[in-house]
Amino acid sequence: MTRSLVSLRGVTRTFASGTTALDALDLEVGEGEFLSLLGPSGCGKSTALRLIAGLMQPTAGRVVWRDGRPADIGFVFQEPTLMPWARVWDNVCLPLRLRGVSRAAAAAQVEATLRLVDLVEFAEAYPRELSGGMRMRVSIARALVLRPPILLMDEPFAALDEITRLRLNDDLLRLKAELGTTIVFVTHSVYESVYLSTRIAVFRPRPGRIVETIDIGEPGPRGEEFRLSRAYAEHCRATSSSLKRAMGEETSA
Amino acid sequence: MSEIANRSAASIANRTERVLDVALPLVVFLMALGGWEALVRFKEIPPYLLPAPSLILATAVTDWAILSAALWVTLKTTFSAIVLAVVGGVALAIGFSQSKWIERSLFPFAVVLQVTPVIAIAPLLLVYLEPQTAVLVCAFIVAFFPILSNTMLGLASAEHNLVDLFDLYGASRLQQLLRLRLPAALPYFLGGLRIGGGLALIGAIVAELAAGSSGQGAGLAFRIVEAGYRLNIPRMFAALALISLAGIAIYLVFTALSALLLGRWHESARAREQ
Repeated sequence: MTRSLVSLRGVTRTFASGTTALDALDLEVGEGEFLSLLGPSGCGKSTALRLIAGLMQPTAGRVVWRDGRPADIGFVFQEPTLMPWARVWDNVCLPLRLRGVSRAAAAAQVEATLRLVDLVEFAEAYPRELSGGMRMRVSIARALVLRPPILLMDEPFAALDEITRLRLNDDLLRLKAELGTTIVFVTHSVYESVYLSTRIAVFRPRPGRIVETIDIGEPGPRGEEFRLSRAYAEHCRATSSSLKRAMGEETSA
Repeated sequence: MSEIANRSAASIANRTERVLDVALPLVVFLMALGGWEALVRFKEIPPYLLPAPSLILATAVTDWAILSAALWVTLKTTFSAIVLAVVGGVALAIGFSQSKWIERSLFPFAVVLQVTPVIAIAPLLLVYLEPQTAVLVCAFIVAFFPILSNTMLGLASAEHNLVDLFDLYGASRLQQLLRLRLPAALPYFLGGLRIGGGLALIGAIVAELAAGSSGQGAGLAFRIVEAGYRLNIPRMFAALALISLAGIAIYLVFTALSALLLGRWHESARAREQ
């Protein structure tokens, strides 16, 4: 792992209902890595992501950034979460507008970002005129328009069909290679996490803890070939059994 | 080719549907009028009991000077009330959305205004206010609440994840209001406006009736009461028809406004693909 960009130190998060979503969690996010948080629902992986984003404060423990919290953090939700009244262009422009940048001054950056996700010709469309996969690409473009040092993604492709998801996985790897952004990616899919990640943190539920971190030491670029390779299958098997152990610990506890 | 053919077939079907939307009720209405006309002529019902539609139309034409002046008065009251209700309702809804304290202290009074029948408030208002002003206040009171409550609902219904996103980018309260909450509230507000617009006319008419019975006011409702005293039944019907037409016009105007503003983005304004 490279230098750490942000780390969670002994982070506990308890909700008003009394549920402990995370229990004394330690997690380092290395600069430039693609880290997946993998686990069943209710294991606190989304909570960990929101804590990193600062959308939630830890009950105990600390979130420590190497150089202080960056002003720009990209966040992609499970739903595209677009403003239905705004065209694609304006949705992508939102982070810049909230920074007080005028539309004219933002134009070049918005267009460059739309080109990254291959949506230039849909700039004038409204979200509901697009397919689910296209809406998610708009959402990713919005998260990347400020070129944040870190991109947080909360099960972004879970609601999409298989074909669209595979395509978006490849798009995401391409964007990662082009921009070098550090990515933290929450998922409950073993296959997706192995395909995308340089490292996987396997969570167990109730209360949320990391049971194991797995390095996927496959240098890029990854593509269809990697998906069909023996190495990919091996990683999936290892990750899958780690996940099973995590679940087993829960039932025995 | 077949796709183009399909599309033009679909657009023809669509147009047929729209023509039917207008034509069907129109045919029913004309048939009812025809039946009414025939009944009056065949049974030789005297006009002071039931005037024929042709006589009502003729009365509307000959009395147009009186009736149009009265229509103008009623419409002016109604639209002033709508404007006041929009300004007041939206401003108060924004105030409520910004501060729980304002909402807690004032919302119950808005409910009290809503649940007290306007017909019961009108005589009291007529004691304190000029008749014109009292009528305006009554129309305002009934139009105000649907606009307030719908806008409140709209302002509170911005998607939570979008609110989080605005927080993440450090948006100010004002930015959140202008760029997120107000656009999200627009469909709800327009729904409230459509209800409030119709109610403003009803409020104006009710208040005019109350004011008219004390011998003041010159709106359409007053003309109905006055014509009733003189047993001028055809004019009563003509005035009633004008009130209906005014109500329909208000509804159509706000429906068109909705379609214009929500245009391509909101579900309600888009036809479902079959």
